[in-house]
Amino acid sequence: MTSKIKSFSELKQLQEKIKASRDPQKLRITICVGTGCLAHGAMNVADAFSEEIDRRGLSVKIDFRKTGCHGFCERGPMVIIAPENIFYQHVAVKDVGEIVEKTLLKGEIIDSLLYADPQTDEKYVREDEVPFYKRQTRTVFGMNSKVDPKNLEDYLAVDGYSALAKALAMKPAEIIREVVTANLRGRGGGGFPAGRKWEETSKAAGTPKYVICNADEGDPGAYMDRSLLEGNPHLVLEGMIIGAYAIGSNEGYIYVRNEYPLAVENINIAIKQAREAGFLGENILGSGFSFDIKVNRGGGAFVCGESSALFASLEGRAGEPRAKYVHATEKGLYDKPTNLNNVETWANVPFIINNGGDWYAGIGTDRSKGTKIFSLVGKINNTGLVEVPMGTKLREIVFDIGGGILNNRKFKAIQTGGPSGGCIPEEYLDMPVDYDELTKVGSMMGSGGMIVMDEGTCMVDLARYFTNFLANESCGKCVPCREGTQRMREILVDITEGKGREGDIELLESLAASIKDGALCALGTSAPNPVLSTIRYFRDEYEAHIKEKRCPAGVCKSLITYGVDSEKCTGCTLCAKVCPVGAATGEKKKAHKIDSDKCTRCGACRESCQFDAIIVR
Amino acid sequence: MEEKVKEIVQGYGGDKSYLVPVMQDVQKELGYLSKEALMAISANLGVPVSRVYEVATFYKAFSLKPKGRHHISLCMGTACHVRGAEFIAANITSMLGIRDGETTADLEYSFETVGCLGACALGPIVVVDGEYHGEMNIAKTTKLLKKLGKKV
Repeated sequence: MTSKIKSFSELKQLQEKIKASRDPQKLRITICVGTGCLAHGAMNVADAFSEEIDRRGLSVKIDFRKTGCHGFCERGPMVIIAPENIFYQHVAVKDVGEIVEKTLLKGEIIDSLLYADPQTDEKYVREDEVPFYKRQTRTVFGMNSKVDPKNLEDYLAVDGYSALAKALAMKPAEIIREVVTANLRGRGGGGFPAGRKWEETSKAAGTPKYVICNADEGDPGAYMDRSLLEGNPHLVLEGMIIGAYAIGSNEGYIYVRNEYPLAVENINIAIKQAREAGFLGENILGSGFSFDIKVNRGGGAFVCGESSALFASLEGRAGEPRAKYVHATEKGLYDKPTNLNNVETWANVPFIINNGGDWYAGIGTDRSKGTKIFSLVGKINNTGLVEVPMGTKLREIVFDIGGGILNNRKFKAIQTGGPSGGCIPEEYLDMPVDYDELTKVGSMMGSGGMIVMDEGTCMVDLARYFTNFLANESCGKCVPCREGTQRMREILVDITEGKGREGDIELLESLAASIKDGALCALGTSAPNPVLSTIRYFRDEYEAHIKEKRCPAGVCKSLITYGVDSEKCTGCTLCAKVCPVGAATGEKKKAHKIDSDKCTRCGACRESCQFDAIIVR
Repeated sequence: MEEKVKEIVQGYGGDKSYLVPVMQDVQKELGYLSKEALMAISANLGVPVSRVYEVATFYKAFSLKPKGRHHISLCMGTACHVRGAEFIAANITSMLGIRDGETTADLEYSFETVGCLGACALGPIVVVDGEYHGEMNIAKTTKLLKKLGKKV
């Protein structure tokens, strides 16, 4: 526990003291225990390391640190060994003894645990050499691997809370000017300039003023906010405290999804530590400024990521949005001036204060500044979280960092911006990624989800999937969204079931226009995007479903049949074993058959076949 | 039950704006939100029961019916979807003989599909009683259910 820090100089002293007590050349094991790696069994590996270190009496010689997400979730559990930063991936409990014995004590590299490039098979020893990391600019997210999120000292050792000390010595208007100069735009979806929001809130009449962190990361396919909150909660707190001081607010909230238990746990620990250390509470660092934060967990409603719905939820009501003739900066939570920013936006603030708005504005493109964290997922080799400067080309993200498409299949499209976004086809792969370019091609930045799709993804099915999601998540308050999304879903379900009719595409387009015009909040106005962008780029697929009753990607159950390629089938009998309805049959070592009358198209045979012998038409 | 609700409400200082978290804690304690629980929350927090009911039916996280001993959730986020989550959903529902969001008659299993769980790199994800299972497929789900004791 850190005792209360009463001044800037005391903070500086403490940071120096912690740094002096740490030897950068000391052996250190860092293991990621973010949600992704935990699902890979990282906690068992971490426990095994602790036991092994204790058993051998090495705890003085070796530091051991459990951190949040490093981003390369595909390769978890992952271990980094300092000072050389040797990168081991897919580490299992059985490897622990060998790592301690060989690498830590003898300095030998264990070849089998190194990362091998999926395309070239080339192996890499150091973390920063791995192409996935090498081509990124990990300004914000890179700190995750340096701090144990439950340990405030780790954060102070990397000069944490220095930006706060600097900011508290500035005038609020000067801070806002830096954020305006930086042109930091909202990372949660809208891309509204944060500096302008801060300025409006600071000038608005009425007290108290509220500062809120939106951690209701509902976009399916995006998880950078969870990883930041989970892996480096003090960074988010520091950003919020600076914002509160600039705006003149003494009360803050973090609205976080209940589906993120570890993030809730870590942010609560961090808040408690920050109070004890004097970064939150009365008279912060002796500046006379007071601010505190409450954590509120969401109830599992996508619409609550929308600002006015989020306020309603925070007030203990159903999360329904309202019309925003008056901005939240004037009348937000409890009708008081409120500044709402997303987790990643807040996390950028300390960097802007430390390095200046001009430095920040030097990164990125003309109208999109800084770096952005994307979650690169779907049918791609290196799935995980990547941070790149705004303006990086899509191709670079997908192929150079992402390592290309899974199983060497062909790239088809990339979906960005969550359910409000759109699909971008191959012809735009050389497009620089920023707010405006994405909007131009019919998608959006959103919170930064990037879902890669290959030729095995049906775009009509994908549109149905998103529309189904939005129809379910529509709060029901306004008619265009409530009814419109349901009608779109019905039409799309019909098309995917082979009941599509001529004119359905035009009907979808006209419905989409009405929803866009009439819906109350951003959930509704952007709901048609997935449908419109797939029609725009993949109209032929819609037509194949409607006119030929055919699903070119082999996904839509009503339009496909399963068969066996007798050339490829070795008669291993696996498909017959896994088939739940006895449709796949055959003798051992002879080509099998699938009875399409019995077949329920569950996909179990295709999934199990080792020889790629199941044909779907 | 009455006592438990009182205790939870007091834990939040009786602050009405904590209605959602109070209900989450009560549900965690009791497994679901019974009529009596809703009434008790209303009385202790000083919020009309109509409002409590509105909130209980608005948010997906709340259940007005008892849940099974084993809770199975399947992520239906986009990354999981493109990697075949719907095939897995079909497998689970056919094995358990219930639909999405339902509980088996013997109160052994509850199954629900959820929005993104934020572990997209490992999709498809199945969470059984709080434990995450990544990179799932049909066969692995069958095995998982069998391990839980489901006879097929």
